[in-house]
Amino acid sequence: MKVSYYPGCSLHSTALEYDESTQEVCQILDIDLNELNDWNCCGASSAHSTDEILAIELPLRNLVTAEEAGMDLVVPCAACFQRLKVAEKHIIEEKEPAIETSYQGKVPVKHLLDFFSEEENLKVIKEKVKKPLSGLKAVCYYGCLIVRPPEITDAIDHENPQAMDELLTLLGAETYPWSYKTDCCGGGLLLSRTDIIIQLSGKLLQMAEESGANCIVTACPVCQVNLDTRQAEISKNLGKEVHFPVFYFTELLGLALGSEEVGQWLERHIADPSDLLKSKNLL
Amino acid sequence: MQSESVIVPDHTWLAEVGKSSGENASDCYQCLKCSSGCPVTFAMDYLPHQIIHMIRMGLKDEVLKSSSIWLCTSCETCTTRCPNNIDIAKIMDAMRMTSIKSGLKVGEKRVPIFHNTFLSSIKSKGKVYELGMIGKYTLKSGDAVSKLKSGSLFDEAKLGWQMFKKGKLKLFPKKIKGRKEIKRLFKKTGEEA
Ligand code: SF4
Ligand code: SF4
Repeated sequence: MKVSYYPGCSLHSTALEYDESTQEVCQILDIDLNELNDWNCCGASSAHSTDEILAIELPLRNLVTAEEAGMDLVVPCAACFQRLKVAEKHIIEEKEPAIETSYQGKVPVKHLLDFFSEEENLKVIKEKVKKPLSGLKAVCYYGCLIVRPPEITDAIDHENPQAMDELLTLLGAETYPWSYKTDCCGGGLLLSRTDIIIQLSGKLLQMAEESGANCIVTACPVCQVNLDTRQAEISKNLGKEVHFPVFYFTELLGLALGSEEVGQWLERHIADPSDLLKSKNLL
Repeated sequence: MQSESVIVPDHTWLAEVGKSSGENASDCYQCLKCSSGCPVTFAMDYLPHQIIHMIRMGLKDEVLKSSSIWLCTSCETCTTRCPNNIDIAKIMDAMRMTSIKSGLKVGEKRVPIFHNTFLSSIKSKGKVYELGMIGKYTLKSGDAVSKLKSGSLFDEAKLGWQMFKKGKLKLFPKKIKGRKEIKRLFKKTGEEA
């Protein structure tokens, strides 16, 4: 299967292991990822906070390229995914202000999690699982922008999404129920109001721990970074040691599919998850 | 607000906000659902439902100078849950844009400085160059000084160094080929970041 791939800026920097694990998993599954030619940044919240036309034009340039390539567009970053969907719907539904473009909305835009959750991909994944993830007790953290607003994302159950829970269950992990699946981690306030990130992400980490899980699994580079890299400050703030592994779902997919590269991805984490995996004989 | 202060509602601004955001704040019946689900109310000076009501009352300066419009993370929870289909997150976007244009004192200056730094990276390179952006933001926002005083600059630098060693912050920027096209988009929108 051939698809277009829009990694987005984070996957080439702070979320390098999300990109690496995605590429590896696709190789194992015989999915041919074609990085979008000369793609540009989607503009993220800085564009839509500043100029409504720029907020459409930046992602739209990528959509035009994807349409020319003629393959489904797969997007691992939740924020990029939502901005691309906003631009897609803006043009297809002829929203104001009108924007001139050749784009016709012919290629579907899919978040990576939804793409892997398609029936035919799940079937291949199931066949290829080499190392079931027994002993992993995960809470699935979807965050905001894969699901909201549902008119834009086309999410099926935006208050209680299931795709990641189902995928991880298929891989042999146990998923725990919790009420924070789609709560906000603080998103793009990382540099400007780190204190807010510490509050929101701290709450998520605490609630994950309280649920009885031993790890959080994410599908967004912003969420993972906020949860993984700020644990030292969160510990200071809470007055107790917080050390909680935060995975990308693709890393666990790679692990279950028997990839040799898992160690290299996990080395990039700030909160080292290798002890947990070793204790479950998974590493 | 003191009980003796009287607000004379002025609806002219409501119509302007309707135009700039495409949303009708007068559909709101103050059910508070937006504020109940909002993750950042603890840090805001006015809650989302209050912002909506203030727009209806014509309290323009108060809204445009509020911290709330900048602390909103665009999580879209309010928009998704509003029983009257008001896209509150979109109104927040419109308020941010109006606030910058108004020249009024911004309620939370670091956030627009962040956006400005982020966009100028896209404008010149077509992509975000994290290390450059972090440096520029830290200087422009004055965070270098305040964080130096509080001692957190050292923690930040330590985290930055860790991420650099792990290959997550690149020393040199990547640039796209279509930079001229991107510059044209910025010109078209009048956004001189
Ligand atoms: S959820 Fe909608 S109707 Fe309810 S207070 Fe907020 S804006 Fe008004
Ligand atoms: S979009 Fe903004 S105002 Fe609405 S719930 Fe999220 S943070 Fe609060």
